[in-house]
Amino acid sequence: MRLEGKGLVDRGAPVSFTFDGRSYMGFAGDTLASALLANDVRLVGRSFKYHRPRGILTAGSEEPNALVEVVEGNQQTPNVRATVQEVFDGLVARSQNRFPSLSFDVMGVNDLLSPFFSAGFYYKTFMWPRPFWEKLYEPLIRRAAGLGRLSGRHDEAQYEKAWAFCDVLVIGSGPAGLMAALTAAQAGADVILAEEDARMGGRLLSENCRVDGQPGADWAEAVLDELRGMPNVRLMARTTVTGAYDDGTFGALERVGLHRAPAPHLPRECFWRIVAGQAVLAAGALERAVGFPDNDRPGIMLASAVRSYLHRYGVVAGQRVAVLANNDGARATARDLMAAGVKVVGILDTRPDASAVEDCPVYLNAQVTGTAGRTGLRSVSFRHAGGAAVLEVDLLAVSGGWNPTVHLTCHMNGRPLWREDIAAFVPSPGAVPRLTAAGACNGAFSTAGCLREGRDAALVALAALGRAASDVALPVAEDAPYAITPFWETPGVEGRQWLDFANDVTTKDVKLSAQENFRSVEHMKRYTTQGMAPDQGKNSNVAALAVLADATGRGIPQTGTTTFRPPFVPTSIAAMGAGGRGAGFAPQRFLTSDQASRDRGAPMIEAGLWYRPSYFPKPGEATWLESCNREVLMVRESVGVADVSTLGKIDIQGRDAARFLDLVYTNTFSTLPVGRVRYGLMLREDGHVLDDGTTARLGEQHYLMTTTTAAAGLVMRHLDFVHQAFCADWDVRFVSVTEGWAQFAVAGPKARELLATLLGEVPALPFMGVADVALGSVKGRLFRISFSGEEGYEIAVPTRHGEALFRDLLARAETMGGGPYGMEALNVLRIEKGFITHAEIHGRTTAFDIGMEKMVSAKKDCIGKAAAARPGMVGPEREQLVGLKATGAMTAGAHLFVPGERVHRETDQGYVTSVCWSPVMGAHLALGFLKNGRARHGERVRVVDHLRKIDVVAEVCDPVFHDREGVKLRA
Amino acid sequence: MRINCPLCGTRDRREFYYYGAEDYLDRPAPEAPAQAWDDYLHNRDNPAGVTRDLWYHDLGCSSWLVVTRNTVTHEILAVEAVADRKGGAA
Amino acid sequence: MPELIAKSALHGQAPKVALGTTLSEGVVEKMVSVAPYPGRGAAVDAVLGALGLRFPAAGEAVAAGDVRLIWVGRGMAFLLGADAPAGLAEHAALTDQADGWAVLRIAGPVAVDALMRPFPVDLRAAAFPVGKVARVPLNHMQAVLCRTGEDAFEIMVFRSMARTAWHEIAEAMDVLEARARAS
Repeated sequence: MRLEGKGLVDRGAPVSFTFDGRSYMGFAGDTLASALLANDVRLVGRSFKYHRPRGILTAGSEEPNALVEVVEGNQQTPNVRATVQEVFDGLVARSQNRFPSLSFDVMGVNDLLSPFFSAGFYYKTFMWPRPFWEKLYEPLIRRAAGLGRLSGRHDEAQYEKAWAFCDVLVIGSGPAGLMAALTAAQAGADVILAEEDARMGGRLLSENCRVDGQPGADWAEAVLDELRGMPNVRLMARTTVTGAYDDGTFGALERVGLHRAPAPHLPRECFWRIVAGQAVLAAGALERAVGFPDNDRPGIMLASAVRSYLHRYGVVAGQRVAVLANNDGARATARDLMAAGVKVVGILDTRPDASAVEDCPVYLNAQVTGTAGRTGLRSVSFRHAGGAAVLEVDLLAVSGGWNPTVHLTCHMNGRPLWREDIAAFVPSPGAVPRLTAAGACNGAFSTAGCLREGRDAALVALAALGRAASDVALPVAEDAPYAITPFWETPGVEGRQWLDFANDVTTKDVKLSAQENFRSVEHMKRYTTQGMAPDQGKNSNVAALAVLADATGRGIPQTGTTTFRPPFVPTSIAAMGAGGRGAGFAPQRFLTSDQASRDRGAPMIEAGLWYRPSYFPKPGEATWLESCNREVLMVRESVGVADVSTLGKIDIQGRDAARFLDLVYTNTFSTLPVGRVRYGLMLREDGHVLDDGTTARLGEQHYLMTTTTAAAGLVMRHLDFVHQAFCADWDVRFVSVTEGWAQFAVAGPKARELLATLLGEVPALPFMGVADVALGSVKGRLFRISFSGEEGYEIAVPTRHGEALFRDLLARAETMGGGPYGMEALNVLRIEKGFITHAEIHGRTTAFDIGMEKMVSAKKDCIGKAAAARPGMVGPEREQLVGLKATGAMTAGAHLFVPGERVHRETDQGYVTSVCWSPVMGAHLALGFLKNGRARHGERVRVVDHLRKIDVVAEVCDPVFHDREGVKLRA
Repeated sequence: MRINCPLCGTRDRREFYYYGAEDYLDRPAPEAPAQAWDDYLHNRDNPAGVTRDLWYHDLGCSSWLVVTRNTVTHEILAVEAVADRKGGAA
Repeated sequence: MPELIAKSALHGQAPKVALGTTLSEGVVEKMVSVAPYPGRGAAVDAVLGALGLRFPAAGEAVAAGDVRLIWVGRGMAFLLGADAPAGLAEHAALTDQADGWAVLRIAGPVAVDALMRPFPVDLRAAAFPVGKVARVPLNHMQAVLCRTGEDAFEIMVFRSMARTAWHEIAEAMDVLEARARAS
C-alpha cells in the first residue's frame, strides 16, 4: 500500500507496467518490487528447488527471492531482480519457475517431497545406471528446478564498453561515500563516484535520520548538487563496481537502457574498466535474516527493506507488523512504521537483556517457532521470556544484524577478519592495494561513523596521491552504538529454517554436510549449493558458516568464509564482450582489389584477417571446383593475375642489415647481389621452422623481406626480439611496409607478354630478380618470383594505386585468354609445385623435415641453428615432407599407414597437410609428412581419415609434382 | 594488471604479449654444449615470489621489456627495456 | 602506359556527425618513417634543424608550420608534410609510409568520450595534452593516436583496417548520441 506524502518517488510521473499479464501503476523512481508492494502484490516467485512461494526479501541488488523475467519484444532476460529493475511505461515482467501459474504451481509438489531432496540427494540417488544421468535424470531435474529462461534467440541488443580513469574512485554513495567524494573532490582530485542504485544517497534515502540538522536525503541531495557542479567529479549512478583487479583496475556494470523502453543504439548495459589511482570502498552493509521455521514466506522481509520501502518509496508492505531482531538498530523499524500510522503488534527481541521500552509490546528472549500463510504470511508463533504466543501479522520485519559488504576487498585474495563486537566480518586492511574501506562496509554502522570514516579514507587517498588535503567539516549525525547479540537459528524447533532462499538451502542441509564430513566451508558450499545462486548468498553466507561452525564445534573465525570472487553482481557476458560481435569481432582487412573481386562474384574467405577471393566464378560453372580447375589451367597455359598484397613486407636498412639477416635466416643474405631475390628460411630458437619467404636486396644496405600472410606479425615480433635482445647496437632498422604496397602476381607463359603491354618494355630480369619500374608517374617494383611454378612476376605499386592497377591487369589478361585467379587455384598451383605454407611449417617441423637442412648454413650462426642439430631433430625417425598421389580424394588431417597393417595410433606413419585435385596431373595430390619419407618414394601408403570417411591408397613421391627441374620458372 | 612501459607509460595488460622467463636473453654461444641449450630453451624456475619475465609491447611501441614482478602479490617491481639493459646488447 | 588513379583508404566515405562531433577521413600526401641509427641522435637533430624540427621524445609530436614529426614507437618517428631533408638518410633509415596508413580525424565535444570506448588509454587533458601522441590499440588494431586540439584527435591505423576503425568509432558515436537522447 502506498502512503500519501511519504517517499521520494515522483508522484507526478505515473507509469504503467505489467506483471504476469496484469497491468499495474507505479511512479517514476519505483523499482518493480516497490511498485508491486504498493499494489499489494506479495507473491512474486517460486523457489529454485521446492517451488515454494516467495515474496520480496530485500530492497537491493542482493535480493535472493524476487527474480523475474523481463520481456522485450522477442527477447527475455531471466533472473532480473525486482528490487533493482526500475519501472517504466511499458515494462513487461513475469514470474519464473512456475507452471501453470504463480499461485498454483504443480511443481510445488516438490516441497512435499522435500525429505528426499536434501543436500547431496541428486548425487546419491541418480548415480546408477551411469548413462542415465546425462540422458534422463539431468534433463528432468533441470526442467523441474531452475530459475528463469532465455529466449533461445541471439541477443541482438546494443551493449557498450568504455574506459575511465580517475584519481579517486569512490564506490557507494551513502554517507561514507558522499563524504569521501566531497573530501577528495574539494582537494582537486579527479573523482568518480559509482553508485549501484538509480539514485545516490545510500541508506540516507531509506532511514529516518538527520545530518547537520536536515533530513538525511536532503543533506545527500545538497552534497550531490555540490559535486555535480565540480568539473573534476563524475557521478555514475546505476553503476555497480563488479570487481577489483590488479594495479587499480576495477570492473563496473552500468545499467544504461534497462530502465527505459529500448531505443536504437541505446545500450542495455555498459561495462566500464575504471583505472583509479586510489579507491574508497563505501559499499555499505547487507542485513541478514534469522533462522526460524518457515522463515521464507512472502511477507517476511528484512527490517532494513521495510524501512526502505517506507521512507524511499512511501510503501508499507503490510497492515499488521511484527519486528524480529537481535539488535537495537532494528527498533527504528517499529518506530518509523508507527509514526507512519501502521499497526505494530510487537517487537520480538531475541536478546534476554534488551530494553523493553517501546510504544508497542516488546517480547524479550523471543524465538519464532513457526509461521502460517501459504502464499503470504498470516501469523507468527513464538515463545518468549513470558511464555508463548501467536500474533496475527501480514508483515514480519527481520533483522539478524548486518554484514559489511566486504566482497571487493576479497577479490585479490584478501581474507576478511571476524569482529566479535559486531558479529561480522570486516575487510582486512590493505587487502586490495590502494583501496581503503570506509563506513558500514568497514563495520562502522552509525551515520556519524560513516561520515567520519568516509572523510578519513579520502584523506588517506589524497595523501597517497601526494595531494594536499581539503578542509571538509564533519557534519553532525546520529552516533548510537550498535548493540547486537548473534542469533543465527532457532534451537529445538521442528521445520525447515531457510538460509539461502535462492538455492533452497536450510540449516539442516548445512548440518548434514558437516555430519557427512564436508566440514570445510568450501566443501559445505559445494555440497549444499549454499551461496551458489545469482545472489551468491549475500544475505545468508555468514549465517550458514555460523551454523557450520556450531555443527563442527569451531568458532566462526576458524571456520572462515568462502572466497568472494568477481563479479559482485550477475554480469551479462554480452556487456563484458560489448562490441565484439559482427564487424567488431575482429578487424577486417580489405585489399585494394576487394571491390573488383566482389564485382566479379568472387566469394571471399578470411585469411589472417584479410578477405581474399576464393575463386572467380564464370557463367555455367556450377561448383567452386570447376572455377578452380579453369583458373589453374589458365595460369599453366596463358596468364593469371592474383592479389598477393597480404604477404608481410618488412623494409630493412642499415650498414648491419645484411649481418642481421644472416642472423635471423638460416641461409646467407650478405652474399646476395643487389637487384636479386633469395628464398629464406627462418627458424625459432628451438630449431623449428618459424616462417619462410623471399627477400630482395634493393641496395647495398637495403633489403625488402617478405613473410607469409599469417605470420607477418609473428615475424615482426621475432625480429624485434632478436634485434633488441642480441644486437640493439647494430646499425639496422626495420619497419613494416605490408600496407604500403599493393602487389599482384602475374603468372603464366604469357605473363611477360602481358607486362610488356603494361610497361612498354619489361626489364630483362633473371629468375629471382627485382627492378624498379615506372607506370606513368607511379613508381613501382617488379619482382621475378613465382609461387605457381610458371614464369611469374609480382608487380608492386603504392597502395593508393592498387585498385586501378588490378583492374588494368585484369582487363589486359582477359584480352589474352587469361584472368584473375583466387585462393583455391593458388593453393592447387603451389601444391603441384610442392611449395610449402603454414599447413606444412606448422610449428613442429624442422628444416630437415621439409628437406631444407642444406639451407642451414654451416659457415655462420643463426637463430635456431644449435637447437636444430640436437638429437631427435634430424634422422630417419623424423616424419619428412613427401608428395602423395592417389586416384581417390584425400583430406588434410588424414593419417598414413602401411597397407595391410593395423590402422592404429602405434602404427601411424605420418599425416597429410595439404590436398588438391590437380587438373594438370589428372590426379588427387597431397603434401604430407611420412616417417623416413624421402627414402620411401615409390612406396604405397594407406591414407585414412575416420572422421571424414576417407580410406585410399596413395603413391609416395617427391613433393614437386610439376616441372621438377624448374624449366618453366626460368623460361 | 598494468605495466609501466618506459616509453608509453602505464598501460593495460591487453597491450602486451607475454613471452616467458628472462632466461631467453642469455643466449648460449653457438658451440655451447647441448645441456646449455636445453637449459636456455626449456628449463625454468617457477618461483612463488619475485620473477623476471619478458613482455612485448605488441599494441604499443614494440619494445621488449623485462618485467620484475611478484607472482604472489602481483606487484610489479620494475620494468626496463630489453634494448637498454646494461651489457645487454651483443 | 596507364595513368593509375589514386584512391584513399576510405574513398567515398562521407563524414559522420553526432552531437556536434565530426568523424572524417584525413589525407596523407607525404609520410616517411625516420629511424635514427644508434648514436646518431645529434646528427639527426642537426639535419632536422633545417626544417625547424628535432627528433621527438617518446609520446611527443613536434611541428614547424605544416611539417610535423610524430613519435610512433621505439626509435621511430613519422615525418609528415615534407620530403626527408637531404643528408638524413646518412643517419637514419627512411621508409615511405604514405600509403600504409589510413588517417581518421575526430573533432568535437564528445570526441574524448567516443575515443574512450575503443581506446584503453587515459585521455584526460592532464594525461593526454594537445600535441601528445601515443601508440595504443584501437580495440584489436594497432594505432597511432594524436591529440591535435582540445577536442580534436588524429587516428592512424593500417590502411587495410580503415573500415573497421571507422566502424568502431562511429558505433561509439552512435551510442553516445542515443545516450544523450535518452537523458
